[in-house]
Amino acid sequence: MIAASLPLLQNLFPNIDDWGELGQACIDTLLMLSGSLLLTVVIGLPLGVLLYLTGKGQLHAMPKLYGVLSLVVNVLRSIPFIILMIVVMPLTYVLVGTKLGVRGAIPPLVIGAAPFFARLVETALREVERGVIEASQAMGATTWQIVRHVLLPEARASLWAGVTVTAIALVGYTAMGGAIGAGGLGDLAYRYGYLSYKSDYMVVTVLLLIVLVQLLQMLGDRIVAHYSRS
Amino acid sequence: MIRFVDVHKSYRVAGRDIPALEPFNLEIADGEVFGIIGHSGAGKSTLIRLINLLERPSGGRILIEDTDITALPDPALRAARQRIGMIFQHFNLLSSQTVAENIAFPMRIAGGKDSTAIRQRVEELLQRVGLADHANKFPSQLSGGQKQRVGIARALANQPSILLCDEATSALDPQTTASVLELLAEINRELKLTIVLITHEMDVVRRVCDRVAVLDAGRIVEHGAVADVFLHPQHATTRRFVNEALPEEAAGEHVPYQHVPGRIMRLSFRGAATWSPTLGRVTRETGVDFNILAGRIDRIKDLPYGQLTLAMQGDNVDKALQALRDAGIEIEELAR
Repeated sequence: MIAASLPLLQNLFPNIDDWGELGQACIDTLLMLSGSLLLTVVIGLPLGVLLYLTGKGQLHAMPKLYGVLSLVVNVLRSIPFIILMIVVMPLTYVLVGTKLGVRGAIPPLVIGAAPFFARLVETALREVERGVIEASQAMGATTWQIVRHVLLPEARASLWAGVTVTAIALVGYTAMGGAIGAGGLGDLAYRYGYLSYKSDYMVVTVLLLIVLVQLLQMLGDRIVAHYSRS
Repeated sequence: MIRFVDVHKSYRVAGRDIPALEPFNLEIADGEVFGIIGHSGAGKSTLIRLINLLERPSGGRILIEDTDITALPDPALRAARQRIGMIFQHFNLLSSQTVAENIAFPMRIAGGKDSTAIRQRVEELLQRVGLADHANKFPSQLSGGQKQRVGIARALANQPSILLCDEATSALDPQTTASVLELLAEINRELKLTIVLITHEMDVVRRVCDRVAVLDAGRIVEHGAVADVFLHPQHATTRRFVNEALPEEAAGEHVPYQHVPGRIMRLSFRGAATWSPTLGRVTRETGVDFNILAGRIDRIKDLPYGQLTLAMQGDNVDKALQALRDAGIEIEELAR
C-alpha cells in the first residue's frame, strides 16, 4: 500500500528527495517515544507513589522528604526541555555512551517527562477515596498492600489518562530533540524544512505528528473508558 | 471483652491541643451489641476508631481480651486488626473490583488461604448476606443496602470476634436500615460476635443494642442497659435523643398538661407486664378513672415495653399507683 501510494505522494510533495529517510525518521520517533515512555512510567510511577505517601496528612507523611522531592520535581519541570537536553548531555553520555540519535535522546526525554508523570500519578492517587484506604487499614493491610491492591487499581483510569497526556507531551519533546541531534521527524522538519527551505518536509512531518497524537489520544481514551467503573 | 482504661484523645490543631474525648473508662462485654450515640462532633467516630487504632489515644490503655493493643508492634497490630471487622457509612468498597473480589480482599491481605478456600468462604458469605446472585457485579451496580451487605460480608471474611459499625445505616432509607439492622442482629446472635456501633439515631440503638453509651461533647454522660437509658433518661442529651425516637406527645416533657384535670403520671411497662391487662384490673378494683394522654407500645431489641402518659382521677389514686407498682410497673409523676 505504501509503495502504491508513493507516486501520489511524490506528486503532492515534489520537494521531498528521499522517502526512505522520512520512513526511518518515523521509526526513530516511535522508538524514542516508546523507549522513553516506558522508562518514564517505570521511574515516574514509584516517584509519584512516594510523593503521594509522604504528602501532608497521608499514610507516611514526611514533610522534609516530600519537600525535597517536590522541589526536585518542580525544578526539572520548570527547565525548558530544549535547555534540559543540553544541560544533561554529559550525564547522557555517561549513561548511554552517546549524545546523539535515538539512544542519546532517551535519557533527557525521561528526565524531562518522569517528574511530570510523577505529579500526574500523585494527583490521581489523591483522588482515591480516603474511606477505601481507611477500610484497608482497618483490615490490617500493609502500606505496600494498600498501594498495590487499593491505590493503583482504584486510580487506574486516571493513571492511564496520565500516561496518555505524558505520551503526547513526549511526542512534542522528541520533535524538539530533533533540533539538537536526536534524529526523528523533528530533525527532518528542522534540517530540511527550516534550514533548507523545503517546506514540504515541514508539512509532511507535522501531518505525521498530528496523526500520531490523534492515535495516542484515541487509544488512551479507550483504555480510560474501559477502566472507568463509577 | 473490650476495656478502655483512662483513655483520652486530643488533636493538635495549629499548635493547640483540642480535646476530642475526655478521659473515660468503659467495658464492652463479649457477645453484646453496644451502641454509642451522640451528635456529630461528640467524638463517637473517634471512639470507635480507637478500638482498631485507626486513631491512637493520647493516653490510657485499650485492652482487647486483656491485650493492650496500644502497645502492640505494627505486625501484631495488623494481625489484631484482621480479627476486628469494620463497616462504614459510605461502605468504602473497592470500585474497581467485583463484589466477590471485595469480599475476598481481606482474606488475600491476611494470607494463609488458597484460592479455593477463599472462593468457598466468599460463596458462604454471599449466602449469609443474601447476595448470592450478585457475586460478579461491581459496587456501582448495587443499591445502598446491597453495598452495605457487601461491606458486612467483607467485614466477616476473616471470622472476626468484633464488628465495628461506623454509622452503618445513616446513608440508608428507613426500610433498608431495618433490614440491615436485622442482619446485624442475626449475625450477633448466630456468630456470637461483639458488635460496637455508633449512630446519631436512638431508633437504631433501640432496635439492636443491648447497652448504650451517650456521648456529649467528648464525654460519656450516661451508659447502661438500653431499656434503662431509654425509659429513664437522666442527662439532657439523652432525653433529647429519646424524644426524637418517640412521637412528640409521648415524650411528655414539654407538653403542657396543666389544663388536664387529675394527676399526670407516666407508666412504663417492660417485658411480660406489657401484655397483661394490669391497668384495666387496677382501675376497676380501685374505681380510679384515667384518661390516656399519650402512649406507645414497642420493643427495645427483643424486650416489649409500653409507656403511657395518663391523667388519673378519683379518691384512690395512691392506692391504684401502689397496686400498679406491685405489678412491676414503673411510675413517674409528671404533674399534679
